Amino acid sequence: MTQSPPLSEPTRAVRKVHKPSLGDRLAEQIPRLVVSPTMLIAVVFIYGFMIWTVVLSFSTSRILPRYEFIGWQNYQRLFGNERWMVALTNLGIYGVLFVVICLAIGLLLAILLDQKIRAEGFLRTVYLYPMALSFIVTGTVWKWLLNPSVGIQRFGRELGFENFRFDWLVSSDMSIYTVVIAAVWQSSGFVMALFLAGLRGVDDSIIKAAQIDGASRITVYTRIIIPSLRPVFFSAIIMLAHIAIKSFDLALALTGGGPGYSSDLPAIFMYQFSFTRGQMGVGAASAVIMLMGVMAILIPYLYSELRVKKDDR
Amino acid sequence: MTVKHSNRRYSEITGRAVLYAILIIVAIYYLIPLVIMISTSFRDMNDIRFGHLIDLPSSFSFEAWRMAWSEVQIGARRQLGLRPYFINSLLITIPAVTISVILGAVNGYVLSFWRFKGSNIFFALLLFGCFLPFQAILLPQATVLGKIGLSGTIPGLVLTHVVYGVAFTTLFYRNYYVSLPGELVKAAQLDGAGFWRIFWRIILPLSTPITVVAVIWQFTQIWNDFLFGVAFSSPQSQPVTVGLNNMVNSSTGEVRYNVDMAGAIIAALPTLAVYVIAGKYFVRGLTAGSVKG
Repeated sequence: MTQSPPLSEPTRAVRKVHKPSLGDRLAEQIPRLVVSPTMLIAVVFIYGFMIWTVVLSFSTSRILPRYEFIGWQNYQRLFGNERWMVALTNLGIYGVLFVVICLAIGLLLAILLDQKIRAEGFLRTVYLYPMALSFIVTGTVWKWLLNPSVGIQRFGRELGFENFRFDWLVSSDMSIYTVVIAAVWQSSGFVMALFLAGLRGVDDSIIKAAQIDGASRITVYTRIIIPSLRPVFFSAIIMLAHIAIKSFDLALALTGGGPGYSSDLPAIFMYQFSFTRGQMGVGAASAVIMLMGVMAILIPYLYSELRVKKDDR
Repeated sequence: MTVKHSNRRYSEITGRAVLYAILIIVAIYYLIPLVIMISTSFRDMNDIRFGHLIDLPSSFSFEAWRMAWSEVQIGARRQLGLRPYFINSLLITIPAVTISVILGAVNGYVLSFWRFKGSNIFFALLLFGCFLPFQAILLPQATVLGKIGLSGTIPGLVLTHVVYGVAFTTLFYRNYYVSLPGELVKAAQLDGAGFWRIFWRIILPLSTPITVVAVIWQFTQIWNDFLFGVAFSSPQSQPVTVGLNNMVNSSTGEVRYNVDMAGAIIAALPTLAVYVIAGKYFVRGLTAGSVKG
């Protein structure tokens, strides 16, 4: 199927006698014509713009793009900026916790749901619905729940625990962890769905053989089933890491990056420097660093995916 | 032997009980924010100020909903409430979903049945678009939208969503079509059917399942978008996510949580409805991008 499909016999016979008519030649080009808008999109809007952003990151652009080049100065300014370093550290904390907790909860829930549970469909629906919400909605709700004076802290105190404290939202040391809480609430159900699909695909005969050999249920899981879910782990980590790097709306709605800039993330930093602070060059540099981060995660993934596919054939 | 047997049954039953208990507690954890959101939206402010976080409401009114929908002042806008933002979201989402899904379908059709030299490379290049962090294209896109006069307009947002959504829709359709037998198309060709005729008569009628997935995916992505909505809009074209965020963060004076919660539900209602009605396809869309196939 790598070449264009063969023309039907009559057409070929005609072509031997006459030159191909304009209509025929046009017909052959239809597939290319059809995908050409998308090709244009890919070349211009994806790759062209990525390069354009790289170019801007070496320029003196501030409020408007300007094409005088100043080498690595924007990057120096970026990494000399304490706020950017806080944003990067936060992304590290948030990214690692978000991925690890989502994986743990997702895997555990999937295993529990896979025990021939009644009302499995209903529970699955409940675990997964937050994924349908906008991060802005999630942020708005959790902002209220985590607000010490009206939310969970007050609820705890009203229950009689007068010293109950849960004021992470307004504490500059802890605010980034509230983003983790809300993000895990939103996305862990999705990881559950991934793992559940993976569990349903595990070969039953291997499990039965192990059980006949006297392996306990826990051994079956730790030795056979979980290792066989490796590809699911892999794709889940990619998806989650990607969500984490792009995280913008959730933190903005929940903490606004604050108190101060204590829960700032690179995506917020990029947006504010580019669009509200008139530091386009530095903003572009931060976007390039984010792009590098995604590529560092993605290229090994795509490489292994493509290699596996070739081996299959 | 019988004693042992009944012991085993006993422990199995407790095991099941613990299992169900855990599952139900977790379900409550996921549900609580939604329940609180809904119950709060029907309470009045006095009730919220003096009542508990989780409590049967002592008051019941649609006041907060009416406020959020059409009365609350958001920013400096003349029209009140979330309604104009909601309408903007519809005006952005419907054309953007339609166009990106159609493009994805014909792209997938070409990439599966009419491959040409370089079509695989094209597909691989496009795939990266699914993972592109949009921050990396934000500044050029803003410049280009300004140059073509679409800056801050709804058509500009539609264009942006189509451009950065088509990678996903193409991926969906392509992966679905390659699983169809290629003989379908070859046989039709021998009968003299052309490119479009085969698409209309043979491929499109088989495409309902993947179209549902693609439409749901695009709908939730575009409706829930905030980044493009905030970067490329003017006050007249902002989508409901931006409206909600402005409403929550710009209200002066006392924070009216009931109005905030009603607003959050209004912004979430369309995607929640889609999820409840077509949850199966929603999950398939979510997992299609990550698990192969």
